[in-house]
Amino acid sequence: MGFISQILFAVVLIAGIGYFVRNINKLRRNIKLGKPVDRSDNKAERWRNMALIALGQKKMVVRPIPGLLHIIVYVGFIIINIEVLEIVIDGLFGTHRVLSFLGGFYDFLIGSFEILALLVIVSVTIFWIRRNVIRLKRFWNPEMKGWPKNDANYILYFEAVLMLLFLTMNAADHQLQQAGAAHYAQAGAFPVSGMISSVFGGLDVASLIAVERMAWWFHIIGILIFLNYLYFSKHLHILLAFPNTWYAKLTPKGQFDNLEAVTKEVMLMMDPDADPFAAPEETEGEEEPGKFGASDIFDLNRVQLLNAYTCTECGRCTSECPANQTGKKLSPRKIMMDTRDRIEEVGKNIDANGGKFADDGKQLLDGYISREELWACTTCNACVEACPVSIDPLSIILEMRRYLVMEESAAPNELNVMMGNIENNAAPWPFNQMDRLNWKEEIETT
Amino acid sequence: MHPLVMSEVIKVPTMAEYMGLGKVPEVLFWVGCAGSFDDRAKKITKAFVRILNKAGVDFAVLGTEESCTGDPAKRAGNEFLFQMQAVTNIEVLNGYEIKKIVTTCPHCFNTLKNEYPSLGGKYEVIHHTQLLRSLLDEGRLTIEGGKFKGKRITFHDPCYLGRANNVYEAPRELIRKLDAELVEMKSCRSRGLCCGAGGAQMFKEPEKGDMDVNVKRTEQALETAPEIIAAGCPFCNTMMTDGVKAKEKENSIAVMDVAELIAAAEDL
Ligand code: SF4
Ligand code: SF4
Repeated sequence: MGFISQILFAVVLIAGIGYFVRNINKLRRNIKLGKPVDRSDNKAERWRNMALIALGQKKMVVRPIPGLLHIIVYVGFIIINIEVLEIVIDGLFGTHRVLSFLGGFYDFLIGSFEILALLVIVSVTIFWIRRNVIRLKRFWNPEMKGWPKNDANYILYFEAVLMLLFLTMNAADHQLQQAGAAHYAQAGAFPVSGMISSVFGGLDVASLIAVERMAWWFHIIGILIFLNYLYFSKHLHILLAFPNTWYAKLTPKGQFDNLEAVTKEVMLMMDPDADPFAAPEETEGEEEPGKFGASDIFDLNRVQLLNAYTCTECGRCTSECPANQTGKKLSPRKIMMDTRDRIEEVGKNIDANGGKFADDGKQLLDGYISREELWACTTCNACVEACPVSIDPLSIILEMRRYLVMEESAAPNELNVMMGNIENNAAPWPFNQMDRLNWKEEIETT
Repeated sequence: MHPLVMSEVIKVPTMAEYMGLGKVPEVLFWVGCAGSFDDRAKKITKAFVRILNKAGVDFAVLGTEESCTGDPAKRAGNEFLFQMQAVTNIEVLNGYEIKKIVTTCPHCFNTLKNEYPSLGGKYEVIHHTQLLRSLLDEGRLTIEGGKFKGKRITFHDPCYLGRANNVYEAPRELIRKLDAELVEMKSCRSRGLCCGAGGAQMFKEPEKGDMDVNVKRTEQALETAPEIIAAGCPFCNTMMTDGVKAKEKENSIAVMDVAELIAAAEDL
């Protein structure tokens, strides 16, 4: 019997990890649909950002209540997973509480896991109430209908159930230890499950073992399911927050990149030695000149696509967005969710077409993100500042505006007027450049 | 003010004039399009120039050789037009061997400081509140608090000065120097709410919504029961002035640039 369950365990473990690896590979492939971007500079600062923002949750404490609760769930979840190490060893080798040789330290570990588990259950419950009973505004924006809303709740249920299974397992184990059952040596401290273990008080040893084994199996299977659920969920951020904060932009938030392709053309135009009538240089063998800006995910860079997969859908960006606060359609969270949805659509298309993308007549622009949303942005960077995992929704908005203006000449008319003025008078208004210094006469004295 | 009662002479030299005299100014004052053409913003320009004169700062302007930095074009998505403007301006600036630039507009400030270097324009660029603060620190400028003593003043952070470039303290220190009571809005500093003008919004009607951004921001300002809303950007200034009008408070609440506050305190 023991042997069979060890084999069964190995099979479950390999299947769980195998499927996870498959998902990660798909994720990598999809992110690589974006353009390469060099973010290899300032490594020290990047590591520091990762340590502070992803590991240290620096941005979460800006809002203290959810910040504290999130840290509890995060720390609890990570630390309790040390327990998984023991479960895996026990499962594969048929041992029981293999780490108990650590003695007093083991008692300390199990004891603190239990307290953390209880805190996680409490926090998750408060999260659930904030979402579903208090109905905080940022969880009820239009883009949170359907799957995103359910996804968020499923995760809360999942976490609570996993913690309950852990405590149930310990409670049964505690009873078994007290009953002196074979195989269940005295080990661990049970400050929380010890209090509930009396519910199993009337059970005989066989039933207790059944409860303990069942909780043990469901716990580890639950963790493997959770691991594989990540790819389909906003919960992917527990992994991607790390690379995402590492690759985040380091330059001042107000600094937008200067498109190099444009620089080349501008320099050519401004060069007095260039012959304006010269035939364009032969560019044989080179790829066709890239388009300016982005209308689909292929035009975005890899960090922007990583951003989309990392988004936790928390809505901190949207709740700080001046356009959204005043009832405009724009929501920076939706920009990220749309981008991810479109990447997934393209990914499935590639899977279905033997590894090559078959044009589906759709794109991110118009298909997901409307022009009205893009033009409502004030480029204020409030969304970028608010994001707890260093996502930059503004960079996607700007890239799509670039496409609209430079590829489609589709700016709102008033903006075309403004740009016409800059071209003709070097000011966004129709004033004569020669009048620029008129104010001088109004102030100078002798 | 009548020229005869002025104790000091106010001059606005241009770079071309300086070049003719073989002189190099301490700093170039980049006036910006709003500061050059917009009637309200011109008042900020003049206030700042009066302070520069008073403090004896050796400055010059480009005058008719200045062009739009290209900021609104870039934020609207027109990278071509932006870079054309940038390259034109850089040619002029480098021609005069400019090292240091001060500007009263956070949009010009951001663009010149962050987006010109990779196109060949490398300068030390500061916002006028930063220059004023260092003039104070160096003792070249003194501020008497009298006029604004105890007045409730709230400061609206311009996005392109604050979040975009992490300048939060310089304008606040200046306001405190006026012995005024600096009161903060509920969203301030890195969480300051935009006035609604950035990203080329200044030049177009807003998209459909429940209200205008500037009105929302003005409401936040009004919650602090201010006598003065201080700004550090000509566009914010316009937006907040309109917001105050929309709330019919223009008779009790003034919207003023930090430079105007200081000029007024000094009776300039
Ligand atoms: S930068 Fe644009 S999307 Fe982001 S908060 Fe400001 S207005 Fe909203
Ligand atoms: S972009 Fe950042 S702030 Fe916005 S919903 Fe996603 S994780 Fe939250």
